Amino acid sequence: MIAANWPLQRPRDARLLVVDAHGRIAHAPRSRFIDFLKPGDLVIANDAATLPASLRGVHVPTGAPIEVRLAGQPSLAPDPERASVWFSAVVFGAGDFRTRTEDRPLPPALAPGDRLVFPPAATDTAGVPPTGVEGLSATVEALLDHPRLVLLRFRGPTQAVWAGLARHGRPIQYAHMSTPLAMWDVWTPIAALPAAFEPPSAGFALDWGSIRAMRGRGITFATITLAAGISSTGDPELDRRLPFDEPYRIPETTASAVREIRTTGGRVIAIGTTVVRALEHAAARHGVVRAGEGIADQRIGPGSPLRIVDAILSGTHEPGGSHYQILRAFLDDATLADADAVLEARGYRTHEFGDSVLIERQETRCQTPYICDSVSDQGLVTTAA
Amino acid sequence: MTTHLDADGHLDGVRVAITGGTSGLGLALVAELTRRGARVAFVARTRERVDEVARAHPRAFGIVGDVARKEDIYPIALQIAGNLGGLDVLINNASSLGPAPLALLADTECEELELALATNVLGPFRLTRALLGALTASAREGRRSVVLNVSSDAAVNAYPQWGAYGASKAALRHMTRIWDEELAVEGVRFLSLDPGDMDTPLHALAVPDSDPTTLKRPESAARELADAIAAAVTGSGADTRVGPHREGVASASGAEPAAGVAGADPRVRPGFAESRP
Repeated sequence: MIAANWPLQRPRDARLLVVDAHGRIAHAPRSRFIDFLKPGDLVIANDAATLPASLRGVHVPTGAPIEVRLAGQPSLAPDPERASVWFSAVVFGAGDFRTRTEDRPLPPALAPGDRLVFPPAATDTAGVPPTGVEGLSATVEALLDHPRLVLLRFRGPTQAVWAGLARHGRPIQYAHMSTPLAMWDVWTPIAALPAAFEPPSAGFALDWGSIRAMRGRGITFATITLAAGISSTGDPELDRRLPFDEPYRIPETTASAVREIRTTGGRVIAIGTTVVRALEHAAARHGVVRAGEGIADQRIGPGSPLRIVDAILSGTHEPGGSHYQILRAFLDDATLADADAVLEARGYRTHEFGDSVLIERQETRCQTPYICDSVSDQGLVTTAA
Repeated sequence: MTTHLDADGHLDGVRVAITGGTSGLGLALVAELTRRGARVAFVARTRERVDEVARAHPRAFGIVGDVARKEDIYPIALQIAGNLGGLDVLINNASSLGPAPLALLADTECEELELALATNVLGPFRLTRALLGALTASAREGRRSVVLNVSSDAAVNAYPQWGAYGASKAALRHMTRIWDEELAVEGVRFLSLDPGDMDTPLHALAVPDSDPTTLKRPESAARELADAIAAAVTGSGADTRVGPHREGVASASGAEPAAGVAGADPRVRPGFAESRP
């Protein structure tokens, strides 16, 4: 597929490939995706805002330039009562995003106790940082079984860490983009709590007009928050460990909407793989989604039971990554291969700012016969027809 | 008649962000809202002033940034939503007068008008958009979220020499009404309130020789606005969302309550007409 390289969240010509429960394929302008939904459906999106998780700085013991990409945190939000803020992070050596991550050099050998400093960008005319402004700094607390992957401690208070990230951080950049990404490029319209390390980019398809249109059609809109981790490190060994554990939170209103939909025969449509991960993790133990916080640590792939989610709106994903694995839970490999071939042949665009797919769970994977019946009567494609 | 919401005027745990929080009305709002139990983040341009105000209000988060600068908006929004863990109430209070001393429109430089528009219209627009996800998330969880845009009677009346300020505040006021129409369905209430002529640095800049004793204290305007916010977030009494005439958008003519929703005391409001030299 062609890499979408311009940071426009909702290009007018964005396209949608629909694969319904019977494996039937349809094409549509993505702006019309709600035409494939029906009254009584429940759309759930991830409202995490994206952190400026890329920090350029210096490894103090060697003086070597580094780039740190924050990659995970133990909870959705740093605890303001604690004196420090912890992140897991992937560390790169010299260079920037214009070099593919695959080709980025390793950082200098990192050891617990090493200080990393991120010099202030804002200085006055004499080159002196404003009074009271310190460069953000962090300490390597532990190595996480890989020369690039560390646990970092930023000294608090948390307020100072937020200010430091705001001042020094930039969104994680991608070599395939033609221009550096700014914060406004990566916050979805519904971005709320800053917790994601890369944007939950399926949400780029949403705008307030489409949310209003859903309501007008009797479709419910709800959200979860999941701290979407990095999608790729460029390091094959690390990428095999993806996705990292991701903390999430499900509001009571969302949990009760999910419970209600089970009694009315409506479908749950996840906007993005992160929503699938949160909802299915929350339902894994008891079969129902309960409100509250959790840490999604499961892998979803072929054969994974989908207890909650009936369909997914997602970016188009190249085979191999963890996002693609999640799609394999929705449909069999032959159907997915058909869809991939169509995406390729029709010139669909891929990556964060690319086109989208709307995939309905195949009926053979249905857990609830009642829902299966309603799906087989009215697949996504026939709904819109 | 002034309503003191002693029982209902508390804002315990309500997450509020205030721009222009180190002087005048904004500073008074930081004090008033923290006193009522709100969790407050305030924004201002000067680090020294932000640190000073933060020291005086240890429970409030100080954020350095300029809402007139496009590049500052997302760093500000990140710190607001990060420190407060979301947001229930946004108060767009930071304002630019335009040319100082005041000037006829014909003598107003384009750049002066641009700065007034950047601070008074584009800044609130951008910050509201950046924080709309947090505000609607709050509403989806059953809280009531509110955006309060601080207005002026100059938004309605055509005062000579107040062109840049008046035109920008008129745009803000109208934008507030449209936001309110469009986002009522998402559970976000938009208020445009005129606090009246106050003894503030902005007023001193505009009318240097005015007698401060004839002006309203920012503290008393802050109490009125806090009452209006409390009424809107608790949905008590004055929530007039339904109906053709939104009183939430305050009438700015002198005959009507200054803070249109609740807590207005028309007696103490001289209005620009009286205070102009």
